[in-house]
Amino acid sequence: MTNAQALRLALSLQRQSFALEVDLELPARGVTVLFGPSGSGKTTILRCVAGLERAQGCVTIGDTVWQDDSRVNWTPTWQRDLGYVFQEASLFEHLSVQANLVYGIKRTNKPGGEAALKAATTLLGIEHLADRDTTSLSGGERQRVAIARALAMQPKILLLDEPLASLDSARRQEILPWLERLHNELSIPVLYVTHAMEELTRLADHVVLLDNGRVKVEGSVSQALSDSIFASHAGSEAGAVLAGSVAEHDNAYNLTCIDVSGARLWVRQKELAVGTAVRVHIHASDVSLALTEPCDSSIQNKICGVIESINDDAHPASCLVGIRYQDQRLLARVTRKALVTLGLTVGTAVWAQIKSVALA
Amino acid sequence: MTSPITPDAWQAIGLTLKLAALTTIILLLVATPIAWWLSQTRSKWRAPISAMVTLPLVLPPTVLGFYLLVLLGPQGWVGMLTQGLGLGLMSFSFSGILIGSIVFSLPFAVQPIQYAFEAIGRRPLEVAATLRATPLDAFFTVALPLAKPGLLTATVLTFAHTVGEFGVVLMIGGNIPGQTRVVSTQIFGHVEAMEYTQAHWLAAGMVIFSFAVLLCLSLLKSRSDRVLP
Repeated sequence: MTNAQALRLALSLQRQSFALEVDLELPARGVTVLFGPSGSGKTTILRCVAGLERAQGCVTIGDTVWQDDSRVNWTPTWQRDLGYVFQEASLFEHLSVQANLVYGIKRTNKPGGEAALKAATTLLGIEHLADRDTTSLSGGERQRVAIARALAMQPKILLLDEPLASLDSARRQEILPWLERLHNELSIPVLYVTHAMEELTRLADHVVLLDNGRVKVEGSVSQALSDSIFASHAGSEAGAVLAGSVAEHDNAYNLTCIDVSGARLWVRQKELAVGTAVRVHIHASDVSLALTEPCDSSIQNKICGVIESINDDAHPASCLVGIRYQDQRLLARVTRKALVTLGLTVGTAVWAQIKSVALA
Repeated sequence: MTSPITPDAWQAIGLTLKLAALTTIILLLVATPIAWWLSQTRSKWRAPISAMVTLPLVLPPTVLGFYLLVLLGPQGWVGMLTQGLGLGLMSFSFSGILIGSIVFSLPFAVQPIQYAFEAIGRRPLEVAATLRATPLDAFFTVALPLAKPGLLTATVLTFAHTVGEFGVVLMIGGNIPGQTRVVSTQIFGHVEAMEYTQAHWLAAGMVIFSFAVLLCLSLLKSRSDRVLP
């Protein structure tokens, strides 16, 4: 795959208590989430891409080389065409919101700066904040201004370093829809660092799982999440993300039907037009398995598939079962005892009953 | 009744204000880059340079004045240089006491600015870099405005400290009316001559001035970085 805007990173860094060693080629479009526990090197990678920190290796985006140690090539941060949003609010407090927003545009000298700024402020819903003082903004508003400020420069790549980590959960819910909008409308690659599963399932197209400075799992969001290594890292939050679309609404019972490759899953009613593409997040713990189609269960959502893999879970009592059906993959957490009792092995056809489905 | 403040005293007051103003302006220009360097560098020279800058804070003014006098005098390096350039000697002249004041007040200017730069941290400058600001651009548009409280403190402290200095001026400048006689040395002269009334007027003026300066500083601080609401 040759990609005009693809981001290529090969970085190695040795510190007293930390070693980073990654070699990645990331897609040119969509959101790539760098996921992992704190101290796994997510933020360090982002800072290396931005040139705020320097590791050995190379960083290229498309045909632009930002760092290549083999050719002694190093572009300082201020010459890299990127947008960066820091974890905590990083607005300049001595400047107004408007002055913050235009700070970058004034220095990029790209054509269409005005229009880009307007598009960015509209996209993040902050038009009404322009005349405010930065100190009078809420945490969520500040982050939206910071994102718009970065976007307005029309960068080649947007880097977001745990943009929601410093916000409380109410503010997080307030800003997540704006990020989803960003996800749908942006045509540049986004590198998003987080350790929050919810942000991953809602925003990611591509996932890189990092642990101890090394890449453990890399792939599309559905591939990565159903990977057993990823599942064991995610612990209780292990699960699968399935792509589907809104099929119909049942107004009498306040339910919405999501079509996932032919299977019909009912979720709490959402105001979405029929045909809207959505993704559903199914926790492995919410999935149970049966050999015959269960007809007398309160659980209405069920999918028939074939066991593709059986892997160890964090606790020896349970294991993670991967079930393939059509082109989708589900994860179920069942006890080892149940596995033996039902005689489940790779290749067995099973019915997966899904206790709860969340629209991601 | 004649004015208690003699024309000589007015001259001394004028000279004092001129000295303090020039010292403050020059020191802000000199101290800001030093403070910036001290706040950003990881060089092994940081500690010794920092100690050098702070030295005038602990040295007796007479020691400082003595070395400057030697340096600026006919046998000193600077003295030989200024003579060689046909500029004459700076000892016992206004430029001499100006140099003395600058050295003497250096820590009062460097430290508040340095602390302000350190308090800003690296983050705002990193943000500026990701917004395409060159390091120099970021310094002027982000670091300096954010360090404003420190710059104000440095200005006020330097000015007040220069107005109040005595030892260095006396050592380097002597007490030449119109050239090196400032308020503090003028008071000294009055007292030596047993002119207590005149000494009182000037001394009281100094007390009121110093109090006003410190009051201003305190009010400034309470607005910028008060912890309590």
